[in-house]
Amino acid sequence: MEIYEMNLRQLIEAREKGELTSEEIIDGFIDRMNNVEADVKGFVSRLENSSGAEIKEIGDLRGIPIAVKDNMATLDFPTSCSSKLLEGYTTPYEGTAVKKLKEAGAVIAGKTNMDEFAMGSSTENSGFMTSRNPWNLDHLPGGSSGGSAAVVAAGEVPAALGSDTGGSIRQPAAFSGLVGLKPTYGSVSRYGLVAFASSLDQIGPLTRNVKDAALMLNILAGKDQMDSTSADVEHPDYLAEIEQDISGFRFGVPKGYLELELHPDVKARVEEAIERIKENGGEVVEVELPPADQALAIYYIIAPAEASSNLARFDGVRYGQRLGDGDIEEMYQKTRNEGFGSEVKRRIMLGTYALSAGYQDELYKKALKVRTLIRDQYKAVFEEVDFIITPTCPTPAFKMGEERDPLETYLTDIFTVPANITGSPAISLPAGFSEDGLPVGVQLIGSAFSEKRLLQAANSLENILDIDNPVQL
Amino acid sequence: MTTNYEIIIGLEVHLQLNTESKLFCGCSTKFGEEPNANTCPVCLGMPGTLPVINERAVEYALMACRATDCKINQYNKFDRKNYYYPDLPKGYQISQFDLPIGFDGAVTIETEDGYKDIGLTRIHLEEDAGKLIHAGSVADSDHSLVDFNRGGVPLIEIVSEPDLRTPAEAKAYLDALKQIMLYLGISDCNMEEGSLRCDANVSIRPEGQEEFGVKVEVKNMNSFKAVENALSYEVERQKKMLENGDVISQETRSWDDTSNKTVLMRGKEEADDYRYFPEPDLMPLEISDQWIKETDDNLPELPLAKKERFIEDYELPEYDAEVLTDDFKLANLFEETVGNYSNPKEVSNWLMGEFLKLLNEEGISPDESNITGNNLASLLKLIDDGTISSKIAKDVFEEMFNTGKEPEAIVEEKGLTQISDEDKLVEIINNILDENQDVVEEIQSGNERPVGFLVGQVMKETRGKANPQLANKLIREEVAKR
Repeated sequence: MEIYEMNLRQLIEAREKGELTSEEIIDGFIDRMNNVEADVKGFVSRLENSSGAEIKEIGDLRGIPIAVKDNMATLDFPTSCSSKLLEGYTTPYEGTAVKKLKEAGAVIAGKTNMDEFAMGSSTENSGFMTSRNPWNLDHLPGGSSGGSAAVVAAGEVPAALGSDTGGSIRQPAAFSGLVGLKPTYGSVSRYGLVAFASSLDQIGPLTRNVKDAALMLNILAGKDQMDSTSADVEHPDYLAEIEQDISGFRFGVPKGYLELELHPDVKARVEEAIERIKENGGEVVEVELPPADQALAIYYIIAPAEASSNLARFDGVRYGQRLGDGDIEEMYQKTRNEGFGSEVKRRIMLGTYALSAGYQDELYKKALKVRTLIRDQYKAVFEEVDFIITPTCPTPAFKMGEERDPLETYLTDIFTVPANITGSPAISLPAGFSEDGLPVGVQLIGSAFSEKRLLQAANSLENILDIDNPVQL
Repeated sequence: MTTNYEIIIGLEVHLQLNTESKLFCGCSTKFGEEPNANTCPVCLGMPGTLPVINERAVEYALMACRATDCKINQYNKFDRKNYYYPDLPKGYQISQFDLPIGFDGAVTIETEDGYKDIGLTRIHLEEDAGKLIHAGSVADSDHSLVDFNRGGVPLIEIVSEPDLRTPAEAKAYLDALKQIMLYLGISDCNMEEGSLRCDANVSIRPEGQEEFGVKVEVKNMNSFKAVENALSYEVERQKKMLENGDVISQETRSWDDTSNKTVLMRGKEEADDYRYFPEPDLMPLEISDQWIKETDDNLPELPLAKKERFIEDYELPEYDAEVLTDDFKLANLFEETVGNYSNPKEVSNWLMGEFLKLLNEEGISPDESNITGNNLASLLKLIDDGTISSKIAKDVFEEMFNTGKEPEAIVEEKGLTQISDEDKLVEIINNILDENQDVVEEIQSGNERPVGFLVGQVMKETRGKANPQLANKLIREEVAKR
């Protein structure tokens, strides 16, 4: 087995046994990057040779390269959010998640391509380039953490960090045949994550399997003094006791969700997964949840509203690109107009409108009320079942260059958005493939801070499904 | 017939809390540092950074609220006020919108007609913005620089009800507010350094009319006097407009100190839509009953109460009580001294007279001199037991003020003990009488006025050490003997 084909735990084990050194691990992955990155286009900046890598002699992840989405503050690489506006900008500080990875010995392999400011589901909205799906280079890896998904799927790194505001970890994980975990809001510090929508954003890992996701969460989770919204709760060892029998879990299938407009292969794979759970003694019941499009509707008010405010700081005054040399108004307008891509501008406009006098009550405030109602309904459902099971996305990976209506694209978030609206943890894991050989994902959503059991359930489902999911390319 | 107008004034005061660090990060709030020395990624709003609340600032805000009888929103939260300005690094200011920390309070002011309560609509916490430095004037500078040292410094905004009826009342309100905040020790209220800033809303209406007139906002007043002047000017301007049949438009005006006029800054049509919404990066602020109770228990005695008590307990004239309580440090010194010396009026006289005079000359505050309650009491006792004269005492006091030495030591060192030895004085007096034969004759002829002159000569001869009462008595006796 090549080094680049190994997952996190295999790498750690090989190193512990003395079969591999930290240097060999990092060299192996850098070779792999140098071989396939030209096709994958997953990195916006990266290590090109191991002399640039600082290998520590401590920590589980020592010598192991981890890729980081381009919206997390790093000292080693620029943090541009794949936006022209921030091109080449390096933050003067490091985000907490990145710092924790480094403390665990990891080598930051580079920054991964994304939809600009995390807005989109394809990486086509990147200000720099479009990443490719290693399963089929004519297809997209999804988004907005598409670069992170692509580089893990291609074996350029064994794991990567993504951020998930409405499904941006889980959807690309599903498209790229990976495991993507969005932890409970507040369990991983957002300090250093360039905000898209503060009340929805959450950092999480993209890995080759569920156990690696648990391993990553062990490193990432915890209260951070720099983030007042990070939760002050005990985080158990997520990897210990992860092997549990599926018969110990009760899954809820939301009524009507599988009758939505789904790609037939997606529907088939998710139904198969449900069958396999039942066959293996797991309990599956139907549950009543708010209509799927309701969460989506308020998401597209709340997220742009927060984004319109969060992105106001990119005004050309202090950092990033500054355009226009006339008066201040002109500078603001030119900097923002030419720096932001159309999707970002569309959402800023939506958000500004939703918050503006006269519309705030009927849009933003109403959305907040509905958000509370949805939370309550999910809470009630979690009294009945341990987890909700849904497809991760209605379709397999999009084809590159396909004309897609923005509204239609927004609908691809229909299954992932509720977990962000409610703050719940959710995980996407491979459920098999479409007829075209593209990966399909299945999603489990749990109640707040139920990650330990969520990972157990996901791990048992992964065992049952037993999908052969090799490194691509 | 001329119409009488009623003046309606409401004030918005921004007060910088004197915490060591900023509202949402650990940066220093020290004034006068190099530009941008007191900044970090958080207060510069660098991408990815998050605010973390400074609890001390909340504590101070809570004190301000309770000292002004505000009710507390025990569940309050921060909101974002969105607008673009180069000194606003995040593109929004973290403030409080619909749930301010305190509301519905009052500040008592003294007017010619007695006490009057000025209502407070709200007190809320917010962060300050930075400061722009223009190359030349705003209009023609080719570039501007930003100093973010002030960015993120904690402020409270205190919004009054439109209860003020004259510019003088507005000034009295500011005085009272400042005094309370200084008593609490939560702000230095220094208008020059920008730690106290004030905007005013002014309207007038014909007496008897119920609805308010059109409100004009006046900004950029940089002293209490300027507030009073600006309001007086604005009221007159509005009166003239109404009398000329003009319509007052809702606008923001700026006070220009050099021309003593308010000038148009912007009209209503340029008003911003701040798109307030709850700050998602901060948890709501929850203020427990316990926290409120602790705040109440630890509030110092406030100026008005202290003044009343000084009148009552020490039988001081209202004027004295007012002067002494104007500054809590002065009031403290008074009480310390009275603790060691039983004549409050005498203490008051010394503090209001010599002490304030010296403080003014030095330009320092009461706690910066060397006078303590102990050494002042000792000095007053030395006068009472005749060791030194009141006149000498002033010199001793000045020495104490400057050096902090005990009065006994100064008297001893400089040999200032009063001459109360009759034989010695008689000898000196007779010498003086010999030299002033004409004066002696004048007194003998029944004119007593020159006695004072002779006392003066004795004091001069003894360099002030003679007991003046005794000298007076002995001069009369010796003149009579001749």
